[in-house]
Amino acid sequence: MTGTDTQFPLELNQPRLSIQKPEPRYDKQGEMADTERLDRAMRGFIKDFGATAALYMESCVHCGQCAEVCQYYVQTGDPRYTPIWKLEPFKQAYKREMGPFAPFFRLFHLKRRVTVQELEDWQDLIYDSCTQCGRCTMVCPMGIDIASLVGLARHGMAAAGLVPHELWATVERAKREGSPLGATPAVLKDRIAWLEDEHGVEIPLDRSQADVLMTISSIEVMKYPRSIVALARIMKRMGASWTFRSDGYEATNFSMFAGDQQGQREASLKLIEAAIAVGAKTLILPECGHAYQALRWQGANLYGKPLPFRVLQIAEYLAEGIRQGKLQLQPVQKSATFHDPCQIVRRGGATEAPREVLRALGVDLREMDAQGAYNWCCGGGGGVVTIHRADPLRYKTYQIKMQQVEDTGAEMLVSTCSNCRQTFDDGQAHFHWDKTAQSLLELVADHLVTEQE
Amino acid sequence: MSTEADLLDFARGPALEAALVILVFGMFWRLVAVLALRRSRDLSEPRVRHAWLWGVRTIFTRMWPRREFRPRILHWEAVSYLFHFALAVVIVGLVPHILLIRDITGLSWPGLPTGVITFAAGVALISLLALLAHRATHPVLRRISNFDDYFSWLLVFAPLLTGLMAYYHLGGPYEDLLAVHMLSAELLLAWLPFSKLAHTVLFLFSRGVTGTIYSRRGAQT
Repeated sequence: MTGTDTQFPLELNQPRLSIQKPEPRYDKQGEMADTERLDRAMRGFIKDFGATAALYMESCVHCGQCAEVCQYYVQTGDPRYTPIWKLEPFKQAYKREMGPFAPFFRLFHLKRRVTVQELEDWQDLIYDSCTQCGRCTMVCPMGIDIASLVGLARHGMAAAGLVPHELWATVERAKREGSPLGATPAVLKDRIAWLEDEHGVEIPLDRSQADVLMTISSIEVMKYPRSIVALARIMKRMGASWTFRSDGYEATNFSMFAGDQQGQREASLKLIEAAIAVGAKTLILPECGHAYQALRWQGANLYGKPLPFRVLQIAEYLAEGIRQGKLQLQPVQKSATFHDPCQIVRRGGATEAPREVLRALGVDLREMDAQGAYNWCCGGGGGVVTIHRADPLRYKTYQIKMQQVEDTGAEMLVSTCSNCRQTFDDGQAHFHWDKTAQSLLELVADHLVTEQE
Repeated sequence: MSTEADLLDFARGPALEAALVILVFGMFWRLVAVLALRRSRDLSEPRVRHAWLWGVRTIFTRMWPRREFRPRILHWEAVSYLFHFALAVVIVGLVPHILLIRDITGLSWPGLPTGVITFAAGVALISLLALLAHRATHPVLRRISNFDDYFSWLLVFAPLLTGLMAYYHLGGPYEDLLAVHMLSAELLLAWLPFSKLAHTVLFLFSRGVTGTIYSRRGAQT
């Protein structure tokens, strides 16, 4: 099965799902004069710049602690990868253009005007070497949420057409065919029909009314279709009224990775409108970290009002089902460790739900040395796993994670994010490792207590 | 009247007033210019209500690094703490400082023996030198440091050094040394709101805000 987009063909038979390695790369998009590009970068950057971001910009004391917890600096020793340094051009622009003492900075030429060349030089720092995992946020003695500032910097870069080729191309694909990675509505329908046939399950699509709107990541549709079957089995067991909707199913939000706010909003609106259309009380997000960040925490703000339904990540829904006695599980007779997806746990707050599910599965849970809000990122978040030129660096950071998992001595590695999962698959292939991440959802589906009817 | 007395009068009078006015208005301006910016309401359904209470808690919990982070940062964090603590002892423990603060604010408290103050000042100076050496040699700190970092360091170092010199009458007449000490401290106060030294106030806000945002999500801070 291939995507219909021929301009940016997908790499479908690889452990990770991205577009094929681009030759040549177009890391600078659109034709415009440097002054305009710069102007767009700055306007994009400050568009959503409020008191909080300004406070962060004012607060850095240059202590350098953020570098000491960042996987890129720790693994390379290269000071370029200091998290706050990744913001340097935007910090400089802020001080010169809008800080409390901006007129002085300009009058005495204390801060130079940022150049397009500088922004281009910073592209690999803002994208390739930041998964927005937010570990730096947790150590900062001033409490600066550096990950959120990188998000704002990406807004500026996207507005200026300075997005790494693969992220730009996935956003183009999403705009053209409704899915960043080939999971178009037609592909989804095909897949669902095929999975229903193959596995003898019912997968409701396009029902007009349902209590639960189920969403899916295109990574699952294209690479891990068994996840869809797992969902169907579990939802049936829980007796839920649910449906997928072909007008609002794609939970990934590559526009958010790229920094394209308009695209991010449109992707979220599709889900929100579909949920409202079916009268859903709950919208379930799949095993996808950034989907949680995009809809659970940013969705209502982009929509402009509170969402008239609950947004739950699937692990939260499973934990709820277990608590309510709707899900009975057979014990997994193994030890396992859990990889915390950064956007769901550290930056999302759903720390306990996946652990609740693992406990219900009766696994011998062996936590990593740094876990929960202090975990190490898999190295693939923030869109980084799709960027080919970032691969060598990503493998370096991945080694931290591999070591962490090995140190637990657990037999299984479980996570609840398909983007982490494909990063683990890719790392497994690269390092010929004997482990990869398993899906918590699939583990639950495989251990449902057999029905007594 | 001698010129030494003139200089001291200047340091005790107009220079002090000017420094305090710049400190207060500069800090006020910096805070207002930032906090008056748009603050959009977060419309997402909070996992935790009254998250700002947890934000206040973060101001305290962020005072010491988490276990997971300690191996790589604790040693320099400890030196930094040593410096801050020693400086605080010198500022609020020395009797003449307390008298000056009483003159300005009406508040007063008992002082510490001068031996303790001298020791603290020595610790502060040595830890400052160590921190400067660290900044000048560590690749990360070299990369991210700018004029503000080094100039602010100098303005903190100078009053400590001149204070000790004045107390022990080293290097000149007492009045001269005292005047230079006061002027250097006043320069520090006047520089504070425009520099990284404003972290003395800003840390409350930046920690509190992040603590509130993350707590609202039910995440750890």
